Amino acid sequence: MDIIVVGLLLGGTYALMALGLQLQYGVARIMNLANGEMLVAGAFGAFWLYSTTRFSPFLSILFVVPLAFAVNWAIYRVLLQPLVKRAKSQGHLEVDSILATFGMAFILVGLMLALFGGRSFEYLYLAEPVEILGQRHGLNRIAAFLASAVLCIALALWLNRTRLGLSLRAVAVNPSAAGLVGINVAAASALAFALGGAVTAAGGAMISAFLTMDASLGVLFTMKALIIVILGGVSDIRGTILAAFILGLAETAVASLIDPGLTLAAAYLLFILILLVRPQGLFGRRGT
Amino acid sequence: MSAREWRNLGLAAAALGVVALLPLFDTGYWLSVGVSIAMYTVLATSWALFSGPTHYISLATAAFYGIGMYIVGVGIGVLPFAVLVLAAAVAGAVLSAIIGLATLRLSGVYFVIFTLGLAELVRQLVAWVQATLGASSGLYVLTGITEPMIYWQLLALAGLVYLVGWRIGRSRLGFALRIIGNDEVVAVHSGINTARAKVVLFVISGTVASITGAILAPRWTFIEPTLAFGAMLSFQVVIMALLGGAHRLWGPLVGVIPFTILSDVISAKFPNQTTLLLGAAFLLIVYLIPNGVVGVLETLARTRARENG
Repeated sequence: MDIIVVGLLLGGTYALMALGLQLQYGVARIMNLANGEMLVAGAFGAFWLYSTTRFSPFLSILFVVPLAFAVNWAIYRVLLQPLVKRAKSQGHLEVDSILATFGMAFILVGLMLALFGGRSFEYLYLAEPVEILGQRHGLNRIAAFLASAVLCIALALWLNRTRLGLSLRAVAVNPSAAGLVGINVAAASALAFALGGAVTAAGGAMISAFLTMDASLGVLFTMKALIIVILGGVSDIRGTILAAFILGLAETAVASLIDPGLTLAAAYLLFILILLVRPQGLFGRRGT
Repeated sequence: MSAREWRNLGLAAAALGVVALLPLFDTGYWLSVGVSIAMYTVLATSWALFSGPTHYISLATAAFYGIGMYIVGVGIGVLPFAVLVLAAAVAGAVLSAIIGLATLRLSGVYFVIFTLGLAELVRQLVAWVQATLGASSGLYVLTGITEPMIYWQLLALAGLVYLVGWRIGRSRLGFALRIIGNDEVVAVHSGINTARAKVVLFVISGTVASITGAILAPRWTFIEPTLAFGAMLSFQVVIMALLGGAHRLWGPLVGVIPFTILSDVISAKFPNQTTLLLGAAFLLIVYLIPNGVVGVLETLARTRARENG
């Protein structure tokens, strides 16, 4: 019972970070391997605001999100759009964007090391126990879960109920057809990439409320987000949220039943299973 | 074989012979630089054998390298070194075959993602096994193998890799790989078993990386998981190969020599800036020299030939 509650709470925050990656890969077609670094940067932002001004990490997203949005928008326009333009095929773009975002990831890690050093950081916020189903859980985890859920729902509503969200979904299905019906594909992709980065950074701010972070952790979060997105099926937001809960549960189960050092192995097990059984993901459609 | 090929082969063998004389002149700093260069040459060249023509970016080097190193570390008190190197080769081949069969049938993105976390996964598993068995996390590798011997072994391996690469380049398999790299759909339609071709090449590069790790184990007398499975190694190998040019057999060598020396200098003087260097190198490759230094040289040679009519 304990495992299920902790796993679901963890999965909620994972969902937020994976939705960010899904917007970037599903809509903007950029396999962003600097995603985890953006998450750590968001966590750094929340940590810095809290330790200097006692600013609540849940309110710090008011600063983190616009900043991450602007930075990611600029990254897309300046660095990634030239790659999209010169790419001869989707495969070519994938190789280019993988290498370019690796470069960005290393530069972000280097900058964070220069700013904060290699030490890990954590802070105590809402570290009071709350009882759920007879077990005690940290209030910070619950608050992070609730805040993530609110953001996920808002994002899903925006994608499904507004005209702009519809144009983003159209680009996700087919960029050239979206262009034919009058959607500015370049602008929509930039918007999706920037929004994805902002959502991921918000996820980082949430996670920092209950996990110890350091500058080199980004790649692990990138892995988790990638596995969630693939597990859920790249084009479906429901799949991503469901997959995030599955990963949260699997990691918690392995950590508490076998060994806390094997969480990545749990993620890989899921990954191998989905590759062998259903490569298009839980909610994905088989490609042509 | 044409007369030109015999000449090139002779020149390559002579160059290898000259390079092998290094330990006679210096056994200190320059030999250790030589060992690093030889190691990265082997890793980057064998990486490029697979990833150069197919454009599948493998980040699994550190995983195979670490496995090779650990096999020597575990078995050194029991079995002779040569047997352990062989065992490392077999382990690398088996593991890369499994990974290749699971991921290379699908699109390239899955493969990249899978290899991205592979070194960390194996490190976690090794650390877990050691903890469960109650062993200490480190291993001592005490042998009579000296640095010049490591250097010569690596040179021999490099020679072997170049020979294999040269043979593949002339074979049907090499031709098939180039078609896969250009357009995988075309390759399938011309009757190429693309999955088989990719897995074979991936197994070759995985085996070589494993052997390299085994050969280098005696260099560090104390092995621990973070040393053996350092994920940075995979990225360094990718950068060096692409910087030099992964589409030519000798391309990676052009990237390995300057990058090894540069990162040696930077890690000695500014130890915190090595990640920035890696990041800048990735961006340099993508935006300015997508075909590496060799690609730039080839373009220059082509324009000169055109100007001279």
